[in-house]
Amino acid sequence: MAGPDTVPHEKVDVLIIGSGASGAAVAWSLAETRMRILCLEQGDWMQSSQFPSTGRDWEARRHGGDFDILPNRRGRDTDYPVNDDNSIMKVANFNGVGGGTVIYTAHFPRLHPSDFKVKSMDGVADDWPIDYWTLEKFYEENDRMMGVSGLAGDPGEPARHPPMPPMPMGKTGTLYAQAVNKLGWHWWPSDVAIASTEYEGRGACINLGHCTPGCAQGAKASTDITYWPLALRAGVELRTRCRVREITTDDTGMATGAIYYDADGKEQFQPAEVVILACNGVGTPRLLLNSASAKFPDGLANSSGLVGKNLMLHPWPMVWGYVAQTLDGGRGPITSLWSKQFYETDPKRDFVRGYNLQFDRGTGPVSQALGSTAAGQLPWGRNHHTTFRELVDHRVGIGVACDDLPEEHNRVTLDPHLKDSNGIPAPKIDYTLSENTRRMMEHGIARAEDILKAAGATRITCSREVLNYPGHLLGTARMGTDPARSVVNEWGRSHDVKNLFIVDGSVFVTGGGLNPTSTIQATALYIADQMKQRLATLFD
Amino acid sequence: MSSPLTNPERRDLAAIAATMIPADKALGMPAADDPAILADIERSIGRDLAAVRETLAAIAAAANGKFATLDIDRREALVAERLAAGGWPAWLFGRLVLAAYYRDDRVLRALGHEARAPFPKGYVLEQGDWSLLDPVRDRAPLWRDDRKGAR
Repeated sequence: MAGPDTVPHEKVDVLIIGSGASGAAVAWSLAETRMRILCLEQGDWMQSSQFPSTGRDWEARRHGGDFDILPNRRGRDTDYPVNDDNSIMKVANFNGVGGGTVIYTAHFPRLHPSDFKVKSMDGVADDWPIDYWTLEKFYEENDRMMGVSGLAGDPGEPARHPPMPPMPMGKTGTLYAQAVNKLGWHWWPSDVAIASTEYEGRGACINLGHCTPGCAQGAKASTDITYWPLALRAGVELRTRCRVREITTDDTGMATGAIYYDADGKEQFQPAEVVILACNGVGTPRLLLNSASAKFPDGLANSSGLVGKNLMLHPWPMVWGYVAQTLDGGRGPITSLWSKQFYETDPKRDFVRGYNLQFDRGTGPVSQALGSTAAGQLPWGRNHHTTFRELVDHRVGIGVACDDLPEEHNRVTLDPHLKDSNGIPAPKIDYTLSENTRRMMEHGIARAEDILKAAGATRITCSREVLNYPGHLLGTARMGTDPARSVVNEWGRSHDVKNLFIVDGSVFVTGGGLNPTSTIQATALYIADQMKQRLATLFD
Repeated sequence: MSSPLTNPERRDLAAIAATMIPADKALGMPAADDPAILADIERSIGRDLAAVRETLAAIAAAANGKFATLDIDRREALVAERLAAGGWPAWLFGRLVLAAYYRDDRVLRALGHEARAPFPKGYVLEQGDWSLLDPVRDRAPLWRDDRKGAR
């Protein structure tokens, strides 16, 4: 509860916590209601002139610097620590306006229809209470809002209509395409939330390199330059440097607002009629668990006991090798093509569900040297230079994006000791790989090796211990119709707290084997649409 | 430029960096103890000072304080061993050296790269051969349509 000296702000109709992929989308969508909407964001507005690609140290800042995707390495004062020691998958995120979209690769696939029906189609986990077709129009709307480049006609997924043409394949993509064709497998240019042409005032991509450390050109669709300008123009207020400690409730069990710390560390209370959480699969359960009270002793919205459980992180082995010809290196977005050849369940395999193969371009010299020395492929000393010339600009790499099914022991809890700079308990991650996932990984690694060999690659390598950490944080406040088996209902409202909504990746019932941002945003737009349709009976 | 390191630490850093990445005149590559690169390394230490000191001390201790006098084979072996076994501090140390080295103008040009920041000029990716998609376009749908019932 708020301290005695805390001065409340004027009450708002809707309080959104988090300004990332989902928070921005829901703010924009609800703005047309003319309700008073406020979003609290713990980070800052980003300045494109400060992004790494504007300077000569553009690569170093991605690795252990201020644009590392891992908050524990990045260590900005707007970050909070995460204890992920007991997890093979480390947590990637970003705290700032735009959230994770500031540092994502902008790979923008949609979940498949089967991803919403894993119980009824494959006999595992649970079905979502909504299906692909419910979200389809919101996927389309989100593609237009974010600005997606891609190519219609992919037999690997339902029809879609990217508003811009696909990104160039480049030398690297062409080599992959030739190799996959030799094997007779599926591939397609990836959908990416990157402008391949000028789009809604944004410049076209000029291939600044790996997209994760922010896009100085503004071609990558982070929500600070897509949804937020429109939402602000429509009257939404966005308050930065506000780190929320807890959601408050009254005697009737309704949410009353949030207590947060401002930039000076001063405690503030923001009252609200409706509270919407958009902090994704680690931040949202952390906040709910930190909001425990006498009425909600196990954390807010947690009568099911499932807040924080069923964490899904997309285990992502990387398989890479080197070819004789000179390729694109780091001169372009990392994402290039995808293959859905092994995405759907095949009963002939020894695992259920499947994976997406993501074909990456190379890296710049610093990233190449860092990765290769760590992998033991680039020696220190007299052989350094000759070896490095065989690696840089010759790299081919395929990511195996695995569908890790929900398991309750994979979870987010509160660390009993670790706290952020405001003294708020930090999240603790416990996560292990299931046997199904391990078998899936091995199958995917073998298929990726097949492709790299077909491309003529040698020195093919894969680590089973150090995986790619995509920052896909899902499942920890799942959606469902049964209050005993889910945290929110089929339109995002908490079963327990009738004016509390969750719109981020934590509502995922299953995660598929694909980058989730487009589905997170489509789900947020769907929930916002449901709220607008039910305004008169929202709390019934 | 004032260095955050002591003079003995700076001498160790120079000797270790030169072992990690020696010069190769034939390829036009300077060593990592080149004055400009070394200055960049020291300038970039920042919050990694403790990791740098820990790594320098570990290598110095393994060499009984005589790293610079060891023969080249022994120096290379020691560097490889300590950087592989040194955990996060050693990784940060290696990152500092590599980041400064591979943004040096002479190094980038010798590798055939342009010595500049990516923005604002960017780079050009060729379109590639889109006819490679023709056999893929002809394929039947790979995804399962739940509207037709589970398959």
